Amino acid sequence: MLRIRRIEEAVAQRYHEQEMRCPVHLSIGQEAVAVGVCAALSDDDIVYSGHRSHAHYLAKGGDLTALIAELYGKASGCSGGRGGSMHIVDHKIGFWGATPIVAGTVPIAVGAAWAAKLQNSSRIVTIFFGDGCFEEGVMHESLNFAALHQLPVLFVCENNGYSVYTNLQSRQPHRSISALASAHGVNSISGDGNDVMFVNQQSSDAIKRIHNGEGPQFLEFSTFRWLEHCGPNNDDDLGYRDEGELASWQERCPIELALGQLNASSVALDQEDVEKDINAEIISAFNTAQCADPPVVGDYCEYA
Amino acid sequence: MPDRILSYAEAIREATFQAMEDNDQVIVIGEGVPDPKNIFGTTIGLQEKFGPDRVFDMPLSENGVTGICIGAAQAGLRPLMVHQRIDFMLLAMDQLVNHAAKWHFLFGKGAEIPLVIRAIIGRGWGQGPQHAQSLQALFAHIPGLRVVMPSSAYDAKGMLIGAINDNNPVIFLEHRWLHQITGNVPSNYYAESLEGAKVIRKGAMVTIAAFSYMLIEAIRAAEWLATQDIEVEIIDMRVVRPLDMDTVLMSIEKTGRLLVLDTAWKTGGISAEIVAGVTEKAMKHLKCAPVRLTLPDLPAPTASSLTETYYPEAEQVAEAVLRLLDIDDNNVIAGAKALARTGNRDVPNADFTGPF
Ligand SMILES: Cc1ncc(C[n+]2csc(CCOP(=O)(O)OP(=O)(O)O)c2C)c(N)n1
Ligand SMILES: [Mg+2]
Repeated sequence: MLRIRRIEEAVAQRYHEQEMRCPVHLSIGQEAVAVGVCAALSDDDIVYSGHRSHAHYLAKGGDLTALIAELYGKASGCSGGRGGSMHIVDHKIGFWGATPIVAGTVPIAVGAAWAAKLQNSSRIVTIFFGDGCFEEGVMHESLNFAALHQLPVLFVCENNGYSVYTNLQSRQPHRSISALASAHGVNSISGDGNDVMFVNQQSSDAIKRIHNGEGPQFLEFSTFRWLEHCGPNNDDDLGYRDEGELASWQERCPIELALGQLNASSVALDQEDVEKDINAEIISAFNTAQCADPPVVGDYCEYA
Repeated sequence: MPDRILSYAEAIREATFQAMEDNDQVIVIGEGVPDPKNIFGTTIGLQEKFGPDRVFDMPLSENGVTGICIGAAQAGLRPLMVHQRIDFMLLAMDQLVNHAAKWHFLFGKGAEIPLVIRAIIGRGWGQGPQHAQSLQALFAHIPGLRVVMPSSAYDAKGMLIGAINDNNPVIFLEHRWLHQITGNVPSNYYAESLEGAKVIRKGAMVTIAAFSYMLIEAIRAAEWLATQDIEVEIIDMRVVRPLDMDTVLMSIEKTGRLLVLDTAWKTGGISAEIVAGVTEKAMKHLKCAPVRLTLPDLPAPTASSLTETYYPEAEQVAEAVLRLLDIDDNNVIAGAKALARTGNRDVPNADFTGPF
């Protein structure tokens, strides 16, 4: 979590240099969902995500240097410079793709889970998405199909209460997202998305249920985005969120909470050492990315 | 009348205000319409002025809300729906193509669908394959839809009002890089026709038929070409459906040479339709094969380095004109090449810092 936080902070900090020439949706404040869920997955399991996907990619074990190179539009980027921050992939570790059309990857994940079932594979497929997805028809069509065919898919909703500048109350009626998922016949749980231990426990339990043949599972985690929807800045001054809302969530920083839990369980952690390693890794990834070659124009026809 | 200079984005905003004042059945809905960024500034102050019963944000339900607007339109409202990216409109293809475009045809009088859909075509800053598509040809293929692409601030206002007054579904496409251009925009309420291209520069040597933002590049090229005594005729196509072939044909009779500029892909693009129309009807006037300057048939690149060769600009327009005229003087060709912009092609100019 700390590693993801520092990576996202580095992206934010260096974005102003105008060398990462693509829109970025950062996950600062929401790291616990990515980490708690992915820590419960096996290497063979598959993950898909949407526009805000750096944390999911990293938590699944995605290559950091390839991610940063992708942000810099380099040939060595995880998508060969074709995607930028909004379209990332790392097939080696089962991160099968993240793209930014809201809910676009949800049915694709369900399809991969369908294949797993038809091929008698033990892998499960996890799809991360935001609260906004619940407004798209394809989300409901996907839940219906997954429930109908009892597919090995874990739906993970990161409910941060907003879609861009619009709060959830202005977009959806007063009823819970997880209850709606239940109504589709998908077993659903909701809870604190800033508590990584809770997220991890719920994820492990849900994955066990999938392996027990109980069909698709749905987890809704509440959390909060600290920075602007898209870009490196804090935009709280725009006044679209209630005063004090950000501060109250920052008081419940997922990383601070986890550090507290570690202390309480007397796990020894030398944070300074960890920070040093992370920092070195980040510096090296940025240096490599900046020095890397841009994509070759002639190669751009490949796969087209 | 003295000039009154507004940006294209301001012209759209003014058109929306005046149309809403003119007719209380006009409503506006779209993701982000009343948010602090107001669709790149085009809906600033709208909800404050007309209230939350006429100006709406919306759930992320592009297909459903399009259908909802179709029903509201049949019942007499005049909805103006807005998409920050045309790519999001793809989710609504069913309601648009299967329903909006067919309703009046099927059910006749009393089944008019006065619905306007504004959609913005993105370009630049690594928006890439899913946020920077130019999809006019998809909509232009569909009988029952009108598709317009104004390229001037004057037309942005007049054609948006014209679209809102029209009783058919109208797709109103704005290239993001046009939002900042400025031009004379009268302050009165005026509707421009949703049909017809406009000759915006007279010339006898080559006809340039340009869509949307490519008009700006055509003008830039034409100004330099004029310094070389090469006079091109530029047609602002304005409308993608119905296509105004007559204006193009009239120009071809004079020039005998055709260059089509589009912001979209070549295969199956609207540029093909123009070339087909000219060869069908004016073959005898053509002095050489028509040329299309479009995007290569590849998804929009993200890496800024790849945008250098992906997007044709004034330099390529001028070079194409020279080729059409068989001009191979190296000095002249070097002059055309000098039109190349310095700096990145993923921004319209160095001052433009987004939002994209
Ligand atoms: C189909 C579609 N509609 C609209 C958009 C524009 N858009 C991009 S991200 C986003 C917000 C989505 O909110 P949510 O799903 O809650 O995710 P969050 O950004 O909060 O993580 C929107 C509206 C889009 N990318 N795709
Ligand atoms: Mg959200």
